[in-house]
Amino acid sequence: MLRLPRLRYARPASVREAVETVATQPGAMLLAGGTDLLPNLKRRQFDATMLVSLGGIPELRAIEGDDRSGLRIGAGATLDQVASHPALTDGLRALAQACADVSTPQIRMMGTIGGNLMVDPRCNYYNQTEHWRRAVGYCLKRDGDICLVARSSPRCWAISSSDSAPVAVALEAEVTLEGPSGARRLRVSELYRDDGIAYTTRRPEEVITALELAPVDRRLTSAYWKLRRRGSFDFPILGVAVACWWEDGVVARARGALGAVGSHPVDISDYLSPLQGARPDGDLIASVAERADKPSRPLDNADLSHYWRKRMTRVYIERALRQACGLEPMAGLLSAQVRS
Amino acid sequence: MAPADGEDFAIIGRSLTKPDAMAKVSGQTRFADDLALPRMLYGRLLRSPNPHARILSLDVSRARALPGVFAVLTGEDLPEKFGILPVSQDEEALAREKVRYVGDPIAAVAAADEWVAEEALALIEVRFEDLPRYMSIEEAIQGQGEPIHGRSNVHKAVALEFGDTEAALSQAAYQREDMVFFEGNTHLPMEQHAAVGHYGQDGKLTLWSSTQTPHYVHRALGKVLGLPMSRIRVIATPNGGGFGGKSDIFSHELVAARLAMVTGRPVKITLTREEVFYAHRGRHPVLMKVRTGVDRDGRIASMQFTTFLDGGAYGSYGVASTYYTGALQPATYAIPAYRFEGVRLFTNKPPCGPKRGHGTPQPRFALEVHMDRLAEDLGIDPVTLRLRNLPRANSRTVNWLRITSCGLKECIERVAEESRFLARWKSMPPGRGLGFAVSSYLSGAGTAIYWNDMPHSEVQLKLDRNGGVALFCGAIDIGQGSDHVLAAIVAEVLGIALEDVQLTTADTDLTPIDLGSYSSRVTFMAGNAARVAAERVMARLFAAAARVMGCEPEELRARDRRIFRRERQEEGIPFAQAVQAAEAEDGVVSATGSYTPPRLAGPYKGSGVGPSPAYSYSAAVVEVDCDPRTGEVRVPEVWIAHDIGRAINPVLVEGQVEGSVYMALGEALMEEQTFRLGLHKFPSMLEYKSPTTLETPVMHTYLIETIDPEGPFGAKEAGQGPLLPVIPAVANAVHNALGVRIDEIPITPDRVLRALAEKARGHAPRVGPAAIPAFSFPPPIRADVPDEWKAR
Amino acid sequence: MTATRVPVRLRVNGENYEVMTFPYKTLLEVLREDLGLTGTKHGCELGECSTCGVLVDGKPFLSCLALPLDLQERAITTIEGMAEAGRPHPLQVAFAELGAAQCGYCTPAMLLTARALLDRDPSPTREAIRQALSGVLCRCTGYVKIFEAVELAALRMRDGAG
Repeated sequence: MLRLPRLRYARPASVREAVETVATQPGAMLLAGGTDLLPNLKRRQFDATMLVSLGGIPELRAIEGDDRSGLRIGAGATLDQVASHPALTDGLRALAQACADVSTPQIRMMGTIGGNLMVDPRCNYYNQTEHWRRAVGYCLKRDGDICLVARSSPRCWAISSSDSAPVAVALEAEVTLEGPSGARRLRVSELYRDDGIAYTTRRPEEVITALELAPVDRRLTSAYWKLRRRGSFDFPILGVAVACWWEDGVVARARGALGAVGSHPVDISDYLSPLQGARPDGDLIASVAERADKPSRPLDNADLSHYWRKRMTRVYIERALRQACGLEPMAGLLSAQVRS
Repeated sequence: MAPADGEDFAIIGRSLTKPDAMAKVSGQTRFADDLALPRMLYGRLLRSPNPHARILSLDVSRARALPGVFAVLTGEDLPEKFGILPVSQDEEALAREKVRYVGDPIAAVAAADEWVAEEALALIEVRFEDLPRYMSIEEAIQGQGEPIHGRSNVHKAVALEFGDTEAALSQAAYQREDMVFFEGNTHLPMEQHAAVGHYGQDGKLTLWSSTQTPHYVHRALGKVLGLPMSRIRVIATPNGGGFGGKSDIFSHELVAARLAMVTGRPVKITLTREEVFYAHRGRHPVLMKVRTGVDRDGRIASMQFTTFLDGGAYGSYGVASTYYTGALQPATYAIPAYRFEGVRLFTNKPPCGPKRGHGTPQPRFALEVHMDRLAEDLGIDPVTLRLRNLPRANSRTVNWLRITSCGLKECIERVAEESRFLARWKSMPPGRGLGFAVSSYLSGAGTAIYWNDMPHSEVQLKLDRNGGVALFCGAIDIGQGSDHVLAAIVAEVLGIALEDVQLTTADTDLTPIDLGSYSSRVTFMAGNAARVAAERVMARLFAAAARVMGCEPEELRARDRRIFRRERQEEGIPFAQAVQAAEAEDGVVSATGSYTPPRLAGPYKGSGVGPSPAYSYSAAVVEVDCDPRTGEVRVPEVWIAHDIGRAINPVLVEGQVEGSVYMALGEALMEEQTFRLGLHKFPSMLEYKSPTTLETPVMHTYLIETIDPEGPFGAKEAGQGPLLPVIPAVANAVHNALGVRIDEIPITPDRVLRALAEKARGHAPRVGPAAIPAFSFPPPIRADVPDEWKAR
Repeated sequence: MTATRVPVRLRVNGENYEVMTFPYKTLLEVLREDLGLTGTKHGCELGECSTCGVLVDGKPFLSCLALPLDLQERAITTIEGMAEAGRPHPLQVAFAELGAAQCGYCTPAMLLTARALLDRDPSPTREAIRQALSGVLCRCTGYVKIFEAVELAALRMRDGAG
């Protein structure tokens, strides 16, 4: 059997205690649902010597509020809880959709929203056992000197593989982090860096305590479309999250982010600006989608052909936008023009 | 004495709960890794990180010295070579001179737990000298530098010709040629391989292993360990899925045994999932070319078939696989002139071997998409084309395969009717398509792996005075229901209940030989052996009962635990009483039965692969729903008809058919073993894609019963045949939906889009190989053909 | 690091267990190797197949990714706890009758996951069954008879036969 490395275990009773433990114990890593960390540890992708469990801190699991008053989702809430929460309908439904799309029912029962936001960027040269990685001579992210998917690149190109992250970015959500010097709050988009190794601004001793969504005072619509080979298990090989705020029937503001085509959720909001002030129809959406795939730069380190994933980007952006704009998602114009 | 045809069976043909079902649903079945023996140690294998390299030095001293390590083995401790086929004894339990694929075992440790074992492996120092690597058929043929084995990377090349194919082609009204490529894939059983070795102070070695072939493991252990087979006991544990992936002899089995001998303690080795990918023995990647000449009505006049197999690093069953890529084509269609050329190359990848269908799904794919195109070229519908080329029951094919029962016509007509294929296929809604294909498969290979005159399957029965029956047979249940088949046949013949039969299987100390659960042989061969043994017991019991009842044995019948007069059913005695009477006369009531397939091979070298005592037939229609915008292909519905001969237990047979359809769809759409940087690109269950419940179509299964004259109660195989037509039916359906041919398996979205792009540009609307490598096949062995083909 | 055992308490199938074991052994390993409950199987140990599925407070969990020290207050159900007082659960009976267990290796996880479904939705549609079982891989059955067995068990349980 594939086994965890030898580890010590701690179960703090409060966030403060958890922070202190991670800050003072070398080799300590935070353990939430364990569905991302434990497989990676079994493949020896980290040098952890201690697991600091957040499972003994019930206040991390609370979900409070609603879309009118603002929603505070404890980072320890499971993906299943978020996916089925009554407050995440209508405008916020993309977040529930993204959580419901993660992996399998079992993983969703165990995995947390905080853990999903913090999924370690993936690559099929990296998420492999020690034996396999040794056979390829290791890689830049772990034990090696060269990025195997982009050999002359000075940086790592591991893929942001979270379903909830691009949605949280598009919805302009914020996270609260608690560290040794207190709590801080930042936009989810600021939580990430465009690098496969140093992918987060969260410091190792900081605990994400909550994901917060501002009150929805206008009509909000959102959508999340996930591309993957099978209907379960698979990480996204492309994720498209869009959110539109409406006023008097026209788009007041639109935001969007792409998952799984870069090392961080790729913000495409600028490309959505033509939607502002408009009552988007199929033609407008198609032309926006055609351009908005520009920052999608998948490389050959995930399932299926990266050329194909690139080509699907505009198709999925179109589908997500159509859904957010109340149009039949599959009836878009762009789709028919797909060519090699 | 046993119920004749037309009689109402008590057990045969009924969908009863199989004997091992309750244990399986309560978690009580003991799989190999469930075994824990006192003082047991854990073994792990050190595997090569190099695809092809010479081992310059191997230093295990630091590993040996680690506290908690009880033994370390290297190749020097197990120098004797082995291999499943006598002609391919090219494997070593632990590599000695060279490693030939990433994953090739080099050394082994036995330790107190797997953490210590892992530490010990990290302390083993190996130095390698890199050798050139061959990662494809082309590289294996054309590569320079040191070959993987011997003097060249060619493992086996064969060429056979029956009739004059060139002459027949030149006279054909129409001919065409197609090339296709079928990528390799693997079995992915849910249970990882595991073995536990135990060596007693009395010098008796016992090995429990999740294996489909305990007899072959038994022989190999004797050979490699240098022990007489009587000092070795192999017990096959119920397999958590086999599909052909557990029918070789594996390093971890030999090593667990040797470690147990060296340490004097039981040793368990369980492979990680990554290691299961390295153990492999799965579907060969095959590049194929087929050329067929037909008359104006589409009747085949001549066929030439060429295959290139990417064999991986060792022989495994590969010589047989090579022949299989050419053997069954004439069993499916009436082919009067046939040439087959096949070559298997060694490559630096995990060795390929038998996976469900063993070398026939690939050529089946080629043949059925080829036939689909012939139909299109000739303006005939695909169903009619097949009906014009049916093989004949009770005949010999041009390559001497003996066909007995043949329900192909009924299978074709049934699926065509149920799917309303002909009414719908030319008018499907956008994105939807229907595809059709047929196939045939063996009910057990007619020739054993090692040539001998002995039976292929043997059953012993021993009755107790209560009327219970102990059944001993070497056949191991791998989920296909072989336990049920054995018990059902014996219970039917003896007229007792299913639960009265107690099975002991797959224990070389206790059970007589069955060659193994591979090649779809168990129902047919062990079933026949069980029937013979039961009939012998019946003869003794009827004789004793007749004496008790004062009548003639011929008047008697057995049913519902009674033996009674056929004409006066109220006159009878309980089954147990008959047993006691027989035992009083002549001692314990027991009998053996065995089955040896008739010698069926044709009069030519290479005829050993292909013959079978009976062939099953299948036909499938697949409906696809394609998105031309993304290239994604979904399968909402499948119709499949299978000529089973007779369904001993319909629900179990349906399960085999449904499982075969499922596995075929996995292969057609998503399963692929690809290699990059000299090793398996993604040896994990996440990245090697197999279908979930969400990808499962609606399946309509039709069992066609042709009551085979040779099969037990007329039964033939079900475990492999139904997989075969589904893969090409998917490809044909994609063509029907989108007008493109994907001549590569798996049919992935990017391939579909590429083909659509070619079509949009006005090029040939296909994706697939354009050429086969230049290779000099040996001159074909020109075999004589059976008389029935001489006139044509 | 030297291997130090720690006390672990688990409540499994209604029984209280206490063992001294390594804190880095997963629930899967403790169940099989320390508690002798080998009914829970393993296919990958990485959360990629759900063969190791158990129930924690009635919810489907992967024992290969769960740590016992995180679960000391929870109620764990394994396949050994599926039968009640020796009587098999209607799902077990239906699986056996319909041939929904071929090799039987995915069966414990399938049964427990199906039970969690029926406990919250006694009349599931085929689609709901598909979704609930979408995380458990089977290589033998093609899932068809598994769906049918869940439906049969649900029917019987609604009729009071369970």
